[in-house]
Order: sequence, then C-alpha cells, then structure tokens
Amino acid sequence: MCGAPQQSDDQADAATKETVIQGVVTAAGEPVASAYVRQRDATREFTAEVVSSESGRFQFFAAPGDWTLRALSARGAGEVSFTADPGVTDATLALSG
Amino acid sequence: MSRNDVLVSADWAEHNLDSPGVVFVEVDEDVSAYDKGHLAGAVKLDWKKDLQDSVRRDFVSGDRFAELLSERGISAGDTVVLYGGNNNWFAAYAYWYFKVYGHADVRLLDGGRKKWELESRPLTDEVPSRPATSYQVGAPDTSIRAFRDEVLAAIGAKNLVDVRSPDEFAGRLLAPAHLPQEQSQVAGHIPTAINVPWSKAANEDGTFKSDEELRQLYGEAGLADSKETIAYCRIGERSSHTWFVLRELLGHRSVKNYDGSWTEYGSLVGVPVGKDV
Repeated sequence: MCGAPQQSDDQADAATKETVIQGVVTAAGEPVASAYVRQRDATREFTAEVVSSESGRFQFFAAPGDWTLRALSARGAGEVSFTADPGVTDATLALSG
Repeated sequence: MSRNDVLVSADWAEHNLDSPGVVFVEVDEDVSAYDKGHLAGAVKLDWKKDLQDSVRRDFVSGDRFAELLSERGISAGDTVVLYGGNNNWFAAYAYWYFKVYGHADVRLLDGGRKKWELESRPLTDEVPSRPATSYQVGAPDTSIRAFRDEVLAAIGAKNLVDVRSPDEFAGRLLAPAHLPQEQSQVAGHIPTAINVPWSKAANEDGTFKSDEELRQLYGEAGLADSKETIAYCRIGERSSHTWFVLRELLGHRSVKNYDGSWTEYGSLVGVPVGKDV
C-alpha cells in the first residue's frame, strides 16, 4: 500500500479509516499526566497501554467493538467501558483514590 | 538460575542506586521517557538508535555494542539492572540482547518504570557521567535467538508461542492498539503456534506473576518443557518478556526469541499462515 490513497473532499474522512479511541484522564475535574492507561478487549484481555500526556490525553488505534479502558496513577484508578465504531470515539477516564 | 538472580525489587533498587558495580539502564519504547525523569544514576539506551543497525534490520555488530557499552561506562563485571516503561517490554528486549552478547550479570527491575512511578519513588532529570570503559564482546549466543528458516522448520515440531494479543493472533489487528493498524504484512499467526499473550505473565503494576502462577499458565496452555520453544510477537520485544519468563524465571532449557517476529514472517512469500475467521 505505497500508492497514494484516493483523496476525499471530506478531510475528516481520513480519520475514519482507523478506529481511534481517544480522551483524557482526570481527577477531581483536572487532567492527570503520566497515568498508565490500559486498553482491554471484550474478554478483558490486555491489548495496549499508553502513558497520558502532559495534558492528560491518550489515544489508541483499535478495531470496532467493545473495549474497556483502565487507568492507574499514583492519584488513583479509574475504568470505563464502551463500544467503538470506525472513526473517533471520545472517552473520559475519571480517577478516584 | 532463580528469580533472585535475574529480578530486583523496587526496594532493592532504591537502596542500591549508588552501589559500586551496579549500573541502572533505562530502555523505553518512548525514547523521551528518560529525559522526563529517571532513576538517579541510570544511563539511557535507545532501543532503536543504539541497539538496531542503522541500515539493515538487525542488531548492531558486537564491535559496535562493545563501543556503546564502553561509552556508557559499563564494564563486563558490572551488574546491569534494566528497566523501562510499557511493562518492561523494551527492557526485557535489552536483557535478551545483553545475553546474546554474553553479559554475565543482567537483571530486570520488577515492575519497571510503572511500579516505580505508581509508588511515587524519586526520579531525577540529572544525566550521570560515568568514566568510559573498554568493554569486550565475544561471539553472539545464537542458542537464544531464532531466525526465519528455523521458525519455518519448527511448525508442528517445536513449541511456537505467539505472545501477541488475541486479536493480533486471530488476524483482526495488525499491531498493538496504541499503534496505527495499516501495515504491509498479512494478518494472522504461524500455524501450530499457541497464543499466550505476554500480559498473562504480568500483574497490573507490571511485576511478574509468581513462579507457581507462571508454571500453571504455561502448563495449561500446553507448553511442554520437553520440546524446544520459540517465542515471537510483532517485532520481538513482547516475546523477549515471555522469553525471560520461560527461560530465566521458569528455567526452561531451550527457549529462543524470534525477533524477526510477525513483521518478518507475515511478509514472507509462500509461507503458511494461520488465521481465525
């Protein structure tokens, strides 16, 4: 797949080629940097883990389906489950101590 | 070989940051992690720039590895304690790599960066300066490294352990989910491989499970110690984690890591591929 992909008038279309799950880790409404965010599949098996950015943000490239995100940090833990479709799915992970 | 010879705890590490003859080395997938803060006195190895040939897909040569460790101030007699992010994936890769090049005393920090950070242990951004050494390297130990022809011959004959996630094994994903999925290789797994995701060997804080839990895990998966084993993943770093578990923690006699892994196998023309539909 080294050829240039067919171009679309809708630039946002590029993002829908992948199933992107992204969002922010928060504690008491504030973003949490350096939290460990783990993605689990529908059977709760680990699929990936990232560290949240300075502004608490994280991003995964997945397949459409059911996912669980779990965050661990020195400030607590949090978990959220949802169904992702092709395109961008936004998720917020609130930590509690 | 026992757990105490190859693993150190965070407590042990914190008490031995200044111990002579002990060198902490951070290796991460995210090569900027070290710069944001690391264990006091730890040096950095970049898994790509320092450990991969800049042109071919291979290790750096023994001479280059010796030069690298000499520059970093590491001696052949030092205890090298490796740690990193991503549940020690790349630290385990470096552990295996140091063993291929014959370093005698290498250990992993159990839980790596994650456990260290979750416990709010101290990090520094001060880069240490260690006097250069003159490190010597012998012939690489290929008894722990598998190449593609050997992997093809192992189909149906040896234990093949695919340590990727179930979705990657089944061919539904081509890479771990923190990476883009558009890749040039086909999707699937090496026929007759069993799928034991590396993550089943680790606790949530990144530490390794107990020997008993690990024995049960691989026993139930049907991994017989009587047969030789080859572990693989996508590029060889997660399979280093499992290689470490099988050979260094559980003491299986013949275990190789196939660092060509799925990016090589899934690109070979004409080889058999297993895929769940």
